Amino acid sequence: MRALKQHQGIVAPMDRSNVDTDMIIPKQFLKSIKRTGFGPNLFDELRYMDEGKPDQDCSQRPINPDFVLNQDRYKNASVLLARRNFGCGSSREHAPWALEDFGFRVIIAPSFADIFYNNCFKNGLLPIVLNEEIVGQLFRETEAEEGYHLSVDLEAKTVTTPSGEFFSFEVDDFRRHCLLNGLDDIGVTLEDAGAIRAYEESRRKTAPWLFGAGG
Amino acid sequence: MAGKTLYDKLWDDHLVKQRDDGSALIYIDRHLLHEVTSPQAFEGLRLAGRKPWRLDANLATPDHNVPTTDRERGVEGIVDPVSRIQVETLDKNCDEFGILEFKIKDQRQGIVHVIGPEQGATLPGMSIVCGDSHTSTHGAFGCLAHGIGTSEVEHVLATQCLVQQKMKNMLVKVNGKLGPGVTGKDVVLAIIGKIGTAGGTGCAIEFGGEAIRDLSMEARMTICNMSIEAGARVGMVAVDQTTIDYVKDRPFAPKGEMRDRAIEYWKTLHSDDDAVFDKVVELEGSEIMPQVSWGTSPEMVAGVGGNVPDPETEADPIKREGIVRALKYMGLKPNMPITEIKLDRVFIGSCTNSRIEDLREAAAVVKGHKVSPLLKQAMVVPGSGLVKVQAEQEGLDKIFIEAGLEWRDPGCSMCLAMNADKLGQGEHCASTSNRNFEGRQGFGGRTHLVSPAMAAAAAINGHFVDVREMMN
Repeated sequence: MRALKQHQGIVAPMDRSNVDTDMIIPKQFLKSIKRTGFGPNLFDELRYMDEGKPDQDCSQRPINPDFVLNQDRYKNASVLLARRNFGCGSSREHAPWALEDFGFRVIIAPSFADIFYNNCFKNGLLPIVLNEEIVGQLFRETEAEEGYHLSVDLEAKTVTTPSGEFFSFEVDDFRRHCLLNGLDDIGVTLEDAGAIRAYEESRRKTAPWLFGAGG
Repeated sequence: MAGKTLYDKLWDDHLVKQRDDGSALIYIDRHLLHEVTSPQAFEGLRLAGRKPWRLDANLATPDHNVPTTDRERGVEGIVDPVSRIQVETLDKNCDEFGILEFKIKDQRQGIVHVIGPEQGATLPGMSIVCGDSHTSTHGAFGCLAHGIGTSEVEHVLATQCLVQQKMKNMLVKVNGKLGPGVTGKDVVLAIIGKIGTAGGTGCAIEFGGEAIRDLSMEARMTICNMSIEAGARVGMVAVDQTTIDYVKDRPFAPKGEMRDRAIEYWKTLHSDDDAVFDKVVELEGSEIMPQVSWGTSPEMVAGVGGNVPDPETEADPIKREGIVRALKYMGLKPNMPITEIKLDRVFIGSCTNSRIEDLREAAAVVKGHKVSPLLKQAMVVPGSGLVKVQAEQEGLDKIFIEAGLEWRDPGCSMCLAMNADKLGQGEHCASTSNRNFEGRQGFGGRTHLVSPAMAAAAAINGHFVDVREMMN
């Protein structure tokens, strides 16, 4: 996983609440058995006028000029600004894969759905919760100024605007540590292999029916 | 000290290690796998040279991509080559790593959240995960069960554990009795309508109260299944005699003396009387009406006797904008009665409502009637091969076929339209599934979430009706 310590990038405003993972990456693209290549189909049904198909050349498709990521000023955005409950619905990790593949590194919203929030950290993507009022302000500033960008410092847990105003955010220590260092958390867990075996041994005594049945 | 909630007990029983940074290692007893969210996880194992930690904790089946017709041809019957590769990849991975899989031609194949409980692979007190958000279904058995992403599928395969932060405790209590014709689906839609799609975010929800206690295991599964639509990864119901009676003779359930020991433990799986919840929501069972979703989020629901809302009356500007957008997508007008919504298709199935009780309820409504000529299609997709066999033994298939509904083979089908079953653009569907998101059931399709009985009544009439009127 790519580490993320600091990031500065153009902000794209996704001005709707309850953006679900079906919207982020529709089901027909979930048939891939790879982790990469989902970027061209990010927000497929909003971005294009036709129905997308897997393995299609998206450069030839009719685009929806009203959709935010199709506007020139947001094409190179790497910070996504969103409304409440972003990433709700299906647990598909293809959603953060698609966002990351498009070029996003940071998503800012007043709230995220739990599974999506967790999936982001596994893929070098930082979801940041800021309160509704601040997010509202960032939407206004983003829309008012072309090229508007934000600087994010995961070490210091701050988001800074071009005018120097900054906002602090919360993130739990384990996730922050893994993202700062680009750690594979399976490796971290396996350092506790002894504790896992000890747990199994004691559980086998108290609840033996959980082991070896059927499988 | 206050007593423990059911969630506290399940958490404590699966805690391998509490870390100083606030995270915890939680042990996973059962890992369910399907073809969509597992290929990249197996590939990750291979690339890192790792092996599954404990093979017998895993159980796999293909469900999302499988066709619901022409099943005797097995994998060869999957017309879409990309879908076929995904199912073949699951077969190959399970064979290579030695994981038990109910393959496409196995009678035990079905939707992963139907077959777990059906086999007794889901047992009270287990921690259960699957790369699928509707894993919350298994919480109906007093399990700690939730959906995970593909990276965590790989993590569980490799370590039998997950790194977790403890969630908050939330109690949703449904008091009193439900009226006739009101089902588990109506209860959960009413709950989501009340607390919203983010109402349970960060929480493990326990569903309690007299109305929940009175429900069958099938109905409890329907309710826990849609916890995620209320924002909660975990939904649970305490273990009682109904739970024990359902699981005790299942193929994977413990036998003999081991069973007695297990039952003794299972009986402890309820919140203590003095347990404290961070959040409590109460509903009156008698006030819940059959529900119909009118919008593009599961919180956008109304009683069947109600109307589509008028955005002008919504004070919150973000919600108002959401209603305007949803009505435009759904092709509906403010204030129109729910019963005037005309339908093109009816889908009875999905991990929410494809179990034997769901099919019985739908069959009871359509018996002796014919599907409205206004509909293009009405289909019934049983949740597993064994549900299908049982329904056929009870003659339900004949009732459906005589009424003009299609009787299909098991799978996720039109709930998310990864196989050939999908809505056309602009079509309205009465669906017993769990999500009414834009495009969920097909590009431009319009989904209305309802109970099996309400879907059956809509199939007969070509528009929504109050199923209770057909029962009189």
